[in-house]
Amino acid sequence: MAASAVALPALRSTRALRTLRRGVVFYLGVGLLTVFFFGPFLWTVLSSLKEASEITTFPPTLFPKVPHFENYPYTWNKVPFLRFYMNSAVVTGLAMLGQTTTATLVAYGFARFRFPLKGFFFMLVMSTLMVPWEVTIVPSFLLFKFLGWLDTLAPLIVPHWFGGGPFFIFLMRQFFLTIPRDFDEAAKIDGAGSFRVLWEILVPLCRPAITTVAIFSFLFHWNAFIEPLIFLNTPEKFTISLGLRYFQTSPMEAGEPKDHLLMAGTVIMAAPCVLLFFAAQRYFVKGIVLSGLKG
Amino acid sequence: MSASTPLRVPASSASRASAAPRRRTSLARREAIEGLLYISPFLLGFLIFTAYPMVASAYLSLTKYNIITPPQWIGLDNYVEAFTKDKLFGSSLDKTARFAVMNVLFGVLGSLGAALLLNQRFPGTTVFRTFFFLPSITPVIASALLWTWIYQPTIGLLNYLLGLVGIEGPAWLQSSTWAIPSLVIISLWGSIGGSRMIVFLAGLQGVPQEMYEAAEIDGAGAWSKFRHITLPLISPTMFFNVVLAIIGSLSVFSLAYIATGGGPNYATYFYVYHLFKNAFEYSRMGYAAAMAWLFFLIVLVLTLLQFRLSKRWVYYAGGDNPEGASDGR
Repeated sequence: MAASAVALPALRSTRALRTLRRGVVFYLGVGLLTVFFFGPFLWTVLSSLKEASEITTFPPTLFPKVPHFENYPYTWNKVPFLRFYMNSAVVTGLAMLGQTTTATLVAYGFARFRFPLKGFFFMLVMSTLMVPWEVTIVPSFLLFKFLGWLDTLAPLIVPHWFGGGPFFIFLMRQFFLTIPRDFDEAAKIDGAGSFRVLWEILVPLCRPAITTVAIFSFLFHWNAFIEPLIFLNTPEKFTISLGLRYFQTSPMEAGEPKDHLLMAGTVIMAAPCVLLFFAAQRYFVKGIVLSGLKG
Repeated sequence: MSASTPLRVPASSASRASAAPRRRTSLARREAIEGLLYISPFLLGFLIFTAYPMVASAYLSLTKYNIITPPQWIGLDNYVEAFTKDKLFGSSLDKTARFAVMNVLFGVLGSLGAALLLNQRFPGTTVFRTFFFLPSITPVIASALLWTWIYQPTIGLLNYLLGLVGIEGPAWLQSSTWAIPSLVIISLWGSIGGSRMIVFLAGLQGVPQEMYEAAEIDGAGAWSKFRHITLPLISPTMFFNVVLAIIGSLSVFSLAYIATGGGPNYATYFYVYHLFKNAFEYSRMGYAAAMAWLFFLIVLVLTLLQFRLSKRWVYYAGGDNPEGASDGR
């Protein structure tokens, strides 16, 4: 009795010590990683508010002496950013719509119907993961050239209306499989056809999964660089990422410094992604877990 | 609509025994047609944007084709050229392999490390997860630009910070020895805290807590718990992440295109960069198609190899096959 009364506080204190040590390791680790991950962001935002001469001073300063918010409207008008934004909005909106609707339809087919070669077709879906874009790009380019689609937004939109890719199909299918079939059966007994079952019963239940697909699709198309680079030529057609590249490589008159403006342009481009991320954080985690874990 | 009235048996049917199977087959056929209809966007897309281009590029790879004049059959010349004459083919493959090895190794370990940290369940975990995740949604052009500028040899932030601790930093992107590691760092910045980390985190949270408690009673330390419980139980997650990281790393292009232009002195002139230039700057479509097919074969062989090797180290709980476990029925 006496022995255990002495031993217990001792035990508790070593456990507390261990927790403390783990805590120190944890906060040190995440602190360093936060500097690595978040530092460059902060640096870019702060630099975008500096004036040109402050950019090149050494040693570098963290904060601008006076925040030059006018860098933003100046950059916005320097190259047709509005045009780029509009083009990206069109591409992103339509491609996103295509991916979410067709991925939902295809996933519904795989999740709820029996048909010949189903296993084979599903394997085909997943095997396209192993076909990088590089492999198909040359004939695709020639196909779009043949269709007269080069230097239009069509090649960035139309291919995304065909199922939306293996990730999204898989994610939606996984979600459909978690919904009990009793819901479908009940609706069917009431005389609903398969499309009405999908539209009226399953889609409302799948809202989180559909939102997740939409968000990832948004990011994918907003950030896309290679496809616009290959398919677009004239600046009026450029999407935002290509527009920023155009700004980076186009010369300024009379050697006007541009680095701080380029930082402002970078912020302008990344802003919608960052805002979307903060607005819809929980969908990111859920969506990734659903599509990734069980792969 | 007829499917919804199963109770009314047609009066004209000769016998109930023969009507039931017929109804079942027509129902099954109807289901099959509907199912195929629903997956038809994928089937069409697969034919137009995957199968046809692959066959077409196999054909083109055996021709000389500059878009203006019709393709001219040259047999295996493109492949022969790649392996014997084109020095940049071998060198770009070599650079890509270097990039990929570093990027996969540090990327996967980094994501796992970050996930292990966040799995400690200390206060503030969600906030940190947000900070970690943010770079992965940053557009590649934005991250390339902002790092180019941090890497600036004379006035850049990084070399300034290194100078504070007495290290004279290299020229980073402008040095042929440091250019690849520099790009790897940008890539790690954009990928460690992203979906790969979240997948690891989910894997870690799936490890039953009781197992650790049982091991603790047996006197297991932190390392042996990690080695004998965590690692085997998250090995499917690890496998998934490694496969995707390899495919992604081999495709490296945009980063180099924006940040280094393939330089200095071809130090970051990766395989896909070479393919891109041949196709869209030199209009050598046939050669680019041959490069594309070789690339596909490399990806395919590496992935199949992984699946083969995975039997040795990936552990699926309960000995089930992985597909069965995920199917949910």
